Amino acid sequence: MIEKTGIPSKAQVKAEFPTPEELSRPKAVIECYKEIPCNPCETSCPFDAITVGEDINARPQIDFDACTGCGICVYSCPGLAIMVARLKNGEAEMKVPYEFTPLPEKGEIVNVVDRRGDVITEGRVLNVSKSAKQDRTALVHFAVDEKYLYDAISIEVSYGS
Amino acid sequence: MQKSEVVVVGAGPAGLTAAHELLKAGAEVTLIDRNASLGGQLIKQTHKFFGSEKQYAAHRGIDILERLTENLIPYERFHLLSETTVVGFYHDKVLTCLKDDRYFKLQADSVIFATGASEHSIPFENNDLPGVYAAGAVQTLMNEYGIKPGQRVLMVGSGNIGLIVSYQLMQAGVDVAAVLEASERIGGYLVHASKLRRLGVEIRTNMSIKSAIGEAHVEAAEAWRLDEDWQGIEGSEERYDVDTICIAVGLSPLTELLEQAGAEVEYISELGGNVPVLKDYETTIEGVYACGDLANIEEASSAMVEGRIAGIRAAQALDYTVENAEMRLKALDDELVDLRSGPPGDNVRRGLKKMEGLT
Ligand SMILES: Cc1cc2nc3c(=O)[nH]c(=O)nc-3n(C[C@H](O)[C@H](O)[C@H](O)COP(=O)(O)OP(=O)(O)OC[C@H]3O[C@@H](n4cnc5c(N)ncnc54)[C@H](O)[C@@H]3O)c2cc1C
Ligand code: SF4
Ligand code: SF4
Repeated sequence: MIEKTGIPSKAQVKAEFPTPEELSRPKAVIECYKEIPCNPCETSCPFDAITVGEDINARPQIDFDACTGCGICVYSCPGLAIMVARLKNGEAEMKVPYEFTPLPEKGEIVNVVDRRGDVITEGRVLNVSKSAKQDRTALVHFAVDEKYLYDAISIEVSYGS
Repeated sequence: MQKSEVVVVGAGPAGLTAAHELLKAGAEVTLIDRNASLGGQLIKQTHKFFGSEKQYAAHRGIDILERLTENLIPYERFHLLSETTVVGFYHDKVLTCLKDDRYFKLQADSVIFATGASEHSIPFENNDLPGVYAAGAVQTLMNEYGIKPGQRVLMVGSGNIGLIVSYQLMQAGVDVAAVLEASERIGGYLVHASKLRRLGVEIRTNMSIKSAIGEAHVEAAEAWRLDEDWQGIEGSEERYDVDTICIAVGLSPLTELLEQAGAEVEYISELGGNVPVLKDYETTIEGVYACGDLANIEEASSAMVEGRIAGIRAAQALDYTVENAEMRLKALDDELVDLRSGPPGDNVRRGLKKMEGLT
């Protein structure tokens, strides 16, 4: 149970995803399961795709038709609770927030973890972006086999040893 | 005796915004903090903040702090006394201050207290062993001085502070063995819990620390399961090989100075324990105000709003004209209502109801 472990159930995760058809284009997936007083996801989205509304404690709602997958909300969310996902050529491509150093390199093969932090597969880093406006939250864009769509959540931290 | 029209004690988010409002209205303000750097808790917050844009949400605490201090610099009537501790306060609004081993007194017409809170400790065997730290101390070591507190940490407490400090430890390359939580649910925001869990850090509910093990320094920790009455269960002990134990089990408002002067203080558990009795942020001593974590343990977002309200009220009481005062006070009140309207605000709302009943 997420309230005890911090790990959402598979059903909870799936409920936040758009349909596989919708995922032919990149879409934001928001995993903000509990009401908290917070709304940068809403105010950061240039396409008005996310609504928290008058009551800033409400859970964010996303309009997948309006979402372009630009990724701005991903680095604006202080809870690191948003990623952008897409299905392409049998792979799930994910853009996730990442606040550890060293950053992976484009093309690098990395370990990919699930919501428990367990390594579930390898992934290929497609891109790493770190512009000034992201304010030190990098976006790591990686690809895994599409069967890991609902499991992959981030890459394993390496401390460069 | 030195004089200052207004003295603000504590340069955290609440004190900084209170000082800003008073300076804007034209008052003379002396801001006192025992630390060398301004910002209170904000100096240590390297993570992005929650809240809405009005409270600088999505910016990091350290960066919010910069904006708040910049606001004060242009004012000629602003004086700063850093590395100065207020050690005494009397009902005639005289403060005793200590700087560089020298005591001096300061007379004010109006005083705003924004001294924040102190961390709780908990009793367990060997809790005085070197290597047992409060979460705030760990944060200060890491984020202010760039020192790693240890190699492997056991965190006690899963409120936002425990979760955030655990995350910051991992960012610094320090391993977090687990987070223990005495109650049956995670205390802090689930988004913080999830981002820690995906780093592989286990959060264990219904568990607490039994003892620290070691001769001259922590070498291990013993955790155990708790029953419904929060009593440790014999035989459920588990050992963690850690060199650091970090305690993040809550905060208490620093009311001592107000109590010295005879301001009324009441125990309201929902607000964090003993808190000053307040009406519109004024204590039971006229011209003496309290705001931020001192008034109720909450967030920097609400502390900033409370500081502004206290500052405006104090300026008005000193007969300064505050532009659009009624409109601004209403807007600030609305901000607080918004911040507190959801489930995380349940406690504070209940506590403030009790407070209303007292005044
Ligand atoms: C780990 C952690 C994470 C947090 N994350 C968030 C978050 O994401 N969002 C959020 O909104 N809030 C967050 N907070 C809470 C927030 O930092 C506090 O609620 C806020 O700082 C309270 O502000 P304040 O001005 O009342 O007190 P403080 O920031 O505590 O400042 C009090 C100041 O008073 C000074 N002082 C005290 N006594 C004296 C004295 N006798 N003489 C002189 N000076 C004195 C202290 O030195 C200090 O500078 C977090 C807190 C912690 C510890
Ligand atoms: S990815 Fe871009 S368009 Fe989609 S919700 Fe986030 S900010 Fe809006
Ligand atoms: S910004 Fe992130 S944490 Fe805040 S409400 Fe939106 S999704 Fe939740």
